[in-house]
Amino acid sequence: MSSTLWRLLKNPSAAIGIGLLFLVILVAALAPVLYPQDPWAMVGRPFLPPFTDPQFPLGTDMMGRDIAAGLAYGARVSLLVGIVSTACAIILGVTLGGIAGYYGGLADDGLMRVTEFFQTIPTFIFALVMVAILSPSIQSIIVAIGIVSWPPVARLVRAEFASLRSREFVQAAIALGESDRHIILRQILPNTLSPVLVMGSLMVASAILTEAAISFLGLGDPNMMSWGYMIGASRTVIRQAWWMSFFPGLVIVLVVLTINLVGEGLNDVLNPRLARKGRA
Amino acid sequence: MKNLVLTRRTLLAGASATSLLSLLPKTSLAADGSSVLNVIAFPEPPTLFIGLDQNGSTQTVAGKIYESLLTYDFDFTPRPSLAKSWEVSPDGLTYTFKLQEDAKWHDGKPFTADDVVFTTKEFLMEVHPRARVIFENCETIEALDPHTVRFVLKKPFAPFLMAFEMSTSPMIPAHLYKGTNYRTNPNNAKPIGTGPFKLADWQKGSFIRLVRNPDYHGEGEPHLDEMYFHILPDAGSRALALEQGRVQQTQFQDLEPFDVQRLASLPNIELITKGYEFYAPVARIEFNTRVKPFDDKRFRQAINYALDRKAILNTIFFSQGRVATGPLNSKTRFYDPDVTRYDYDLAKAKALLDDMGLKPDANGVRTQVKFLRLPWGETWARFAEYVKQSLGKVGIAVEIESADPAGWTSRYANWDFQMTSNYPYQFGDPALGVARFFVSSNIRKGVAYSNNTGYTNPRVDELFAAGASALSKEDRQKAYSEVQKILTEEVPMAWLVEVDFPTLLDKRFTDVVVSAIGVNETYRRARKVG
Repeated sequence: MSSTLWRLLKNPSAAIGIGLLFLVILVAALAPVLYPQDPWAMVGRPFLPPFTDPQFPLGTDMMGRDIAAGLAYGARVSLLVGIVSTACAIILGVTLGGIAGYYGGLADDGLMRVTEFFQTIPTFIFALVMVAILSPSIQSIIVAIGIVSWPPVARLVRAEFASLRSREFVQAAIALGESDRHIILRQILPNTLSPVLVMGSLMVASAILTEAAISFLGLGDPNMMSWGYMIGASRTVIRQAWWMSFFPGLVIVLVVLTINLVGEGLNDVLNPRLARKGRA
Repeated sequence: MKNLVLTRRTLLAGASATSLLSLLPKTSLAADGSSVLNVIAFPEPPTLFIGLDQNGSTQTVAGKIYESLLTYDFDFTPRPSLAKSWEVSPDGLTYTFKLQEDAKWHDGKPFTADDVVFTTKEFLMEVHPRARVIFENCETIEALDPHTVRFVLKKPFAPFLMAFEMSTSPMIPAHLYKGTNYRTNPNNAKPIGTGPFKLADWQKGSFIRLVRNPDYHGEGEPHLDEMYFHILPDAGSRALALEQGRVQQTQFQDLEPFDVQRLASLPNIELITKGYEFYAPVARIEFNTRVKPFDDKRFRQAINYALDRKAILNTIFFSQGRVATGPLNSKTRFYDPDVTRYDYDLAKAKALLDDMGLKPDANGVRTQVKFLRLPWGETWARFAEYVKQSLGKVGIAVEIESADPAGWTSRYANWDFQMTSNYPYQFGDPALGVARFFVSSNIRKGVAYSNNTGYTNPRVDELFAAGASALSKEDRQKAYSEVQKILTEEVPMAWLVEVDFPTLLDKRFTDVVVSAIGVNETYRRARKVG
C-alpha cells in the first residue's frame, strides 16, 4: 500500500490533489482554533467587501458574519457529509452487490430489481424528497445522499464478484471447503477494492456537490454553516455583494476538482494495465 | 407554381412575425392605444373564486372581479362600493344598506339584495371562518326591497361596518350558487362577480388576463382596458420584470427587501407604502406558553429584552417598517403607544434569567430551546438566524427547526412548537384581527392563526369583549389601551417590527392605490396618464 501512495505522489496531478485536500482537511480540523467565534456570529459591519478589512479578508455577509469563518466551518460540513454518506453508500452497495454477484440466481435477480428501482428515480430529486420528509438536518442529508448513491456501487461490485467467482483461486477456495463468508471477505472482496476505492473518491465529490445543492435550495441543516447554504443565502444579493456567493462557489469548485484529481490519480495507480504501461 | 411558392413564403413570413410579436414583452400601451396594466401574481393563485380562498395573491387578482358592499379610506372611513349609502341605528344594532341599482353580474343578471342575503347568511357562514365570526352576531339579515338590505345584530358589534371589505365578505351570485355544493360548483373555475374586470384568459403557470367589464356600474369606469397578472415564481425574475418594464407594478413581497430600495430609485418608478393599512402586520415571535420555560413570564420578558428590534428592522427588513411596541400595529385602530417597552437590554435579560434560577453552565448556556422558523423565504430564514445569535448572547441556546409550509402550518396549529415567528394581518380593527390570538375562547387545537400560544387571562377576555361591543370610540379605546398594557407586560409573544409592504408603480399610472386595501382594490379608478 505504501508503494501505492508513493506512486500516487509521483503522479503530478494527484500530488496536487492530495496536497490541496490535505489543506482543506487541515482548515476544517482547525476551524474552531482559527475562528473561535461561531460562524453565525455577527461580528462585523454587514456587506463589508473583501480585501478591505484585514480582520475579515473575504468580507462579511448581509448580517455581518465573517465569510472566511463560514468557509472554514463549511469545510467541516462538506467533508463530513461527503465522507460519511459515501461510506454509507459503499457499505450498502458492496454488501448488496457482493451478495448478488456471489450467489447469483434468485438473490441476484431480487437485489438487482431493487437496485434498478432506485436507479430509475432521479437521484437529486429523490434526495430532496427524503430530506424534506425526514426534516432537514445533517443526519437526514447524509442518509439521503447515502441512499441515492449506493446503486452504482452495487452494480459495479456485483459485476466484479460475478467475474471473480469463476476464477481458479475462488474455485480452489470452494474446493478447499472454505465458508462463503470467508471466500467473500478474504478472497474476492480484496480484489474488488481498487475500482470501489476509485469510485468512492469520486462519489465523495458528488456528495459534496449534492449537499451544496440541497443547502442552496434551503433544505440544509439550519444550524450548520455550509457552502451551499452560503451561496443560497447570498443568491438574492448577488448584485450588491458578489463576494458572498463567489468565495463559497470557488471553494466548492476547488474541492470537487481536488477530489477528482485524487480519484483520477488513484485510478491510474490502481489500474494494473495503466500502471505497467506508465511505470515500466 | 411560382405563385404557390410566393404564397407559402408570405405565409411563413407572416407566421413568424406573429410568433415574434407574441414573444415581445407586453407593453403598457398596446398598438391600438388601449391601456394595459401588467402586474405580478405571486404565488400563482390556486383559484380566483375569492369565496373559497383568500390567499394574498388570490385577493390581488380576484379583487378586480369581485366586490363587497363597501371599501375603506386609508383611515378606515367606509366608502360606497356595491352599497351606495347606509345607515346605522343609534343603538348600534340595525345596519341598513341601499345598493347600487345598475350593478350587474358578469353574466348579465342584475345584482340584488337577495345576493347579499344569500352571501352573508348562507354562503360565508359555511365556508369563510373570518366572516362567520362577524355575521354570527346577526339576529336577522333580510332584503327589504330588491335594493335594500337590513342587518339586525343580537348585541352591538362595533367593527361591523369593517366587515364589508372585499376579502371578508365578497358578494357571491345567488343564482349560480344557491342550493349547490359550494366547493364543487363548476362556476368556481369561471369567476362571475360584479367588479370592473372580467376573467378573459388564464394560462396556468404563465399569466392571467382580465378585460374591462363594459357593463360596470361605475359611470365611465374602469379606465384600463386590460390587466395582465404574470406568474413569476422567482424573486430575481420579478425584479428584472419591473426593471425592464415588462410589469408596471409589484406589491406585498414580490420583491426581496434589498431589491426594493434599488428599484424604487429608478426614475420611472414610484414607491408607495400606503394601501396596506388593512393588513398592517406585526412581525413577532409566538411562545408556546404551555411548555417550560416559556410558561414563565420572566423568561418571555428576558427574550423580549434580548432582541435588538432596531437591528432586526435594519438588517433583516432593510428598514422597511417601524419598531413595534406591542400587539397592535400603529396603523391599526386603537393602537396605544403607552405600554411596557422592551428596549435592547442584555443585562435586564440576564437578570430575569438569573432570577428564574437559570444559571449559565461552563459553556455559558442556561437552557436549550427550539425555534420553528417560518418557511416563507429568505427574510424569515435570516430572522431565525438573528434570533438564534441574539438569544445565544444571554445564554439561551436556540436550535432552529425548519419545515415546509404545510409542515409549519400543521405544527403551529397543533401546538407542536416552542417558539415560532409569524406576521398575520390585523384587518384594521383589534376585534377583527388581534383578539383572535389572545382570547381563551379561541384556543382551538388544529386551527392555525387561533390562540396558538395557549395564553389565558380572564381580564384580557373581558376587555376584548368590551372593546368589541362598546358603542363609543372612547370606550373602545379604553378597553384596548388596557389590553395592550396587560399584553405587553405578560408578553405571550415578542412583537418586533411593524412590517411595511412596498408597492412599486410605474409613474405613468395614477389613482391605483386609493384605499386601505391598496393593490387588492378593484382598480375601477386606475388610469394611465403618460
